[in-house]
Parts: sequence; structure tokens; C-alpha cells
Amino acid sequence: MTTTPTTQQASSRSDETAPLPADDGARGAARRRWVPLATGLALVVLLACLPLLAISLPGVLPGPTYTPGTLQVLALALLVGALALSYHLLFGVAGLLSFGHALYFAVGVYGLAIVLDRTDLPLLPAACVVLVGGIAVAHVVGAISLRVTGISFAMVTLAFAQAGNVLVRRNPAGATGGEEGLALDTTHVPDVLVGVANTRNLYWLALAVLVVVYAIVLWVERSRAGHVAAATRENEMRVRVVGGRPYLVKLLVFVVAATLATAVGMAYLLLQSGAVPRVTSADFTLTLLVMVVLGGVGSRWGAVVGGVLYTLLDQRLGALAASEAIAGLPSVLRVPLSEPLFILGTLFVLVVLFLPGGIAGAAQRLAHRSGRNRDRQREVARDTIEESA
Amino acid sequence: MSTIVLLLITGLGLGALYFLVASGLSLIYGLMGVLNFAHGSFLTLGAFAGWEVARRLGADSWGVFGLALVVGAAVGAAFAALTELLLVRRLYERHIEQVLVTVGLALATVALFEGTWGSDPEFIEGPAWLRGTTDVAGAPVPNDRFLAIGAAVLVLIGIVLFLRYTRFGLIIRAGVENRAMVTALGIDVRKAFTLVFAVGGAAAGLGGVLASQYFGYVSPHLGAQLLIFAFIVTVIGGLGSLTGAAVAAVLVAVLQQFANYYWGYGDLVVVLLLALVLLVRPSGLLGRRA
Repeated sequence: MTTTPTTQQASSRSDETAPLPADDGARGAARRRWVPLATGLALVVLLACLPLLAISLPGVLPGPTYTPGTLQVLALALLVGALALSYHLLFGVAGLLSFGHALYFAVGVYGLAIVLDRTDLPLLPAACVVLVGGIAVAHVVGAISLRVTGISFAMVTLAFAQAGNVLVRRNPAGATGGEEGLALDTTHVPDVLVGVANTRNLYWLALAVLVVVYAIVLWVERSRAGHVAAATRENEMRVRVVGGRPYLVKLLVFVVAATLATAVGMAYLLLQSGAVPRVTSADFTLTLLVMVVLGGVGSRWGAVVGGVLYTLLDQRLGALAASEAIAGLPSVLRVPLSEPLFILGTLFVLVVLFLPGGIAGAAQRLAHRSGRNRDRQREVARDTIEESA
Repeated sequence: MSTIVLLLITGLGLGALYFLVASGLSLIYGLMGVLNFAHGSFLTLGAFAGWEVARRLGADSWGVFGLALVVGAAVGAAFAALTELLLVRRLYERHIEQVLVTVGLALATVALFEGTWGSDPEFIEGPAWLRGTTDVAGAPVPNDRFLAIGAAVLVLIGIVLFLRYTRFGLIIRAGVENRAMVTALGIDVRKAFTLVFAVGGAAAGLGGVLASQYFGYVSPHLGAQLLIFAFIVTVIGGLGSLTGAAVAAVLVAVLQQFANYYWGYGDLVVVLLLALVLLVRPSGLLGRRA
């Protein structure tokens, strides 16, 4: 597959494109490669140490970081970040606007719950079975829905996810528990992952899931298939003209993203120790879309930040709504402020209208501006020296 | 036999509701390329406006019910026109962002409705005739079905006449065909955008009042429930085609009713139908070939 021109164009868009002065170009490139890696590693180490520390962030976290309640919220945020990352692969990289990503997440959540409930398989083999099932579902749905593009694709994925939602709610043969949901059967789950006292293990599991998902997404994005997918997002016709096969590449990315969502779903089941029908709903996919756009479309860390931020806001705004400060307000202010989704939805609309590129875009612009300022200062300094000489 | 008649007419009534939502969606998509996720909120707000009118003025008289229909449609139209003016217009020609803005609006408004009216369904009342049934070939058919069907037929005729015989209708039809050309001829298509949103919103608001009679309650999730099937109807009928939306609405709703009665999985059958139609005719039943 020779897709050089389009590929370069497309990949340059998503990567860092800040121009660097020519003289320290090589050093700059090396720094650009190592600084994010070192920052990421430091961040992961810090996150991994959180359960051993007692950091309080009043207003952001419900309590000190070693308490199970806080770890639960943090682990949920990390898992949702990982899920948003898998959606980023679909929407940000391949440009596939799917409204049915919740389906594969739900396959993970409900699949593992049902397998653990109905069979005697231990956790790991059960997880493998569910993963294979998730891959199969993603293949079938992806193969059908990728026959159409754009808005029709969005609609077909929405319809399939809706079918999944209906199936779960109808409770066929008592497998899904209907509206009530399904509690996790812990008989075959290792003891270290069960119970409030072991929340920190689940937290570490969530962190590991996030790191693995990030690595896989990075790998796919850097692979030839990832470049072709990005090129297809920019101009599908051109990819076809130079001999690429957009359909297969899109299917590959679709299946990888769906499989990652399934894996995250299984971790989610262990963390929440139960499955509820909400995770199958179209609203849930829409919130994923909100996270990715909030963080910045096309940015990996943006997707993670969007997911984490959204979850924390969702959790904490609920607490804010129940607080005294809100209860005392007149109803014109109290009603909107006591609905977390209203605030998040409004925030989202504002970001789309006024902050294109989301958080990542804003950060990049800020960095760019400060970089330019530094250049200008250097120039001014040089002028001063030349004048004085 | 009576079961079949009952299922058929109930299906037609549901199809009428689908059409009231899908007609606006289809027109908006056809003209502007915007998939409007906030359309369900237009419907819900229309339903609540109608319910408030009925609650305050006495629910059982026909005059009040007629007023509720008018108010529901007007509120839906106003909400839709404001959405276009304040949110969608700013993102001219950026389709993904337009979709995202309507998604955000849908999330925020549903939350706001929940905060204002509570998340539980409110059971409603109406003129006594609507609660009764009429015998059709031995089947006791609830009267609200006839009302929904009649209203949808009137809306269909109204929109068709509007599109065919008015100047704005001409601009809208021309805009659906080729918007660049209409703009090049010096016609301000943006007025037509607002108008199409208002017409779609009015149909949805009217649909909201009728849907609350059909289901017997209003809830903040009324719109979202209908919206997904309206999307399916729009895609099956062909995005941008009004006749396609009408045909697909009847087809989907009747099929759904029959499958629900005999098999219990009507919603799944609808999804399968969508997959089948898209595999055979990716542009929908009456859509233009892509």
C-alpha cells in the first residue's frame, strides 16, 4: 500500500506541529520525544502511588486518596478515560462517528457477568471467552455498518446499539436481569479483587487497563494501518486512488476499538460489582462523544483527560447538587444547578462553540503562544546586544 | 381478524407519531445536512407545554385540548427556531460540530426537564372521547389513534402544499436540490434554514402533545424514546425525502406492532429492517442515490 503523500499530510495534523528554530532542531526533536514519555511515566508512577498516600483535594475528591470511596471514584475515572481513549481511536483517528460504541462496552460488562453467573469458568478464561465474543460481535456489526458512511453509519451503529439495549432490557431467559441489572457473581473471582477493603487492587487494575489501552492505541496509531485510517479520514477517495483499501482498514480500527471497549467493560464490571442497563444506552455513547470532544478530537491524552474530567465532574456535581449552598438558592438557579447533566451539556455546547480543539487544542495554543513570546523576547534581547555593541 | 385490525390501526397511530418527528428531521437534514439530536427535546417541550395548558385550564374540554395542540406546536417551533439562530447557525457548514451542538443541547435540556418536572412520568387527562374506543370490524380501537393519524395526515398535506405552492417552499425545495446554486442566485437561504427548523419543531411539538395522549403520560424521556425510531424511519425512508419518511414511518410502526404482538421483539425487527434496507439500498427507500 503506497499512501505516502496523504499519510504524511494526515499524520502531521494530529501530531505536534510547532515549528522549531533550525539550529537546535535535532536536539528539539529528541526532547520532544523524551519529555512526553518521561512526563507520562512520572504521572503513572504518581497515580500508582496514590493509594499509599493521604492527599486530600477538597471539592474534587470525596476524601483522602487512600480511602476506598475516593479510590472507587478515581478508578472509575481511569476506566472511563480508557473507554474514551478507545472511542478516540474510532472517532479521532479513523473519523468514524459511531453512536453505538456503548454496545461493545456492554458486551464486556454483561458478557462477563453472564459467563461468571452461568458457568464455572475462573475469571481469566471467562474474560477470554467474552473478549472473543466481543471481537465476533464487532466484526459482524462493523462489516454491515461500514458499508455506509457519514451520518448513515452513525445511524446504523446507533440502531445496533439500541437493539442491544432492547435485548438487555427484555431480559431473555433471565440472563440480563432486565431493568434491575445483574450483580457480579464473585464465586470465581479471585479474593483480592472482591470487597471494599480491596478497592486499591481494583484501582491498580484500572490504572493497568488504562496504560495497556493507551499503549495499544498508540501502537495502532503509529502502525501503517493507523496512518491509512487517518488518511481515509481526510480523503477516502484519494486513499482508494493510490491503491489503499479503506474498508478493511476502517473495519480493523473499528474492531480494535470495540475490543478495547469490551476489555474496559470487564474491568468496569469488577469495579462496580454489577451491570446496569444504563451502560447499554445511546446516552452513554453520547457521553463518550462528549468526553472526547471536551478533551480535544484527535488527541490521545485529551481523550483521557476528557474522560477523567467528565467522570469527576459528574460525580462531584451530584454532590454539589445535594449540598446546602444549592438548596438555599431560588428555584430559577437551583433547578439547573442541581442537574449535573445540564451543566455538563451546557459546558459541552460552549466548548464546541468557542473552544474548537477542546482542552488539548487550548493547551497547544497556549504553549504555542508562550513559545512565540519566548522567541520574541530572545529577538528583543539580541537586538539590544547588537545595538549596544 | 379483530386483532389484526387493532394492530394495524395502532401501528398506523404510532407511525403517525414517528412521521411527525421524522418529517422535521428529514427536512432539516435534506436542506442543511444537520442531523438534529435535539429534535426529541422539541417534542418533549411541546408535550409539557400542552400538559401545562391542559392542567391549568381543565383537561376535559375540546377547546382546551385544541389550545394545547396549538401551544405545543408553537412552543416547539419557537424552541427550534431559537436553536437554529443561536447554536446551529454559528457553525455554518461544519456538520460534525452542528451534530455535536445538538447532542449537547439534547443532554442539557433533558436534564433541565427532569429538574423542572421530575423524572417520573406524569399521567395526563384529556377529552373523554380520547379515552374511549371505537368499534372497527369488531376491534375496539382507542380513539387517540385516529386523532394521531388524522393530525399526521394533515401535517403531511400541509407541508407538501407549503413546499409546493409558496415562495419559501420553492426556496427550500431548490435548496435541498442544490444549495450552492440557490445562494449564487442571490437568495438568502439562511432564512429558509430558520423556517425549516421552525416547521420541523412545530411538527415535533404537535407530535409531543399527541404522543402524550397516545402513551397516556408525559415524561422528560418521551422525546428520546421516539427520536431513535424517528432516526431509523428517516434513514429507511431516505434522508431528505418527505414522502420516504411517511412511507417508512408506516412500514416501521406497523411491522413493530405486529412483531411485538406475535414475537415480542418488535424493536429488534426494526433494526434488522434498517440493516437490510441499508445493505440493499444504502440511500434508503426514496432517497437520492449517493
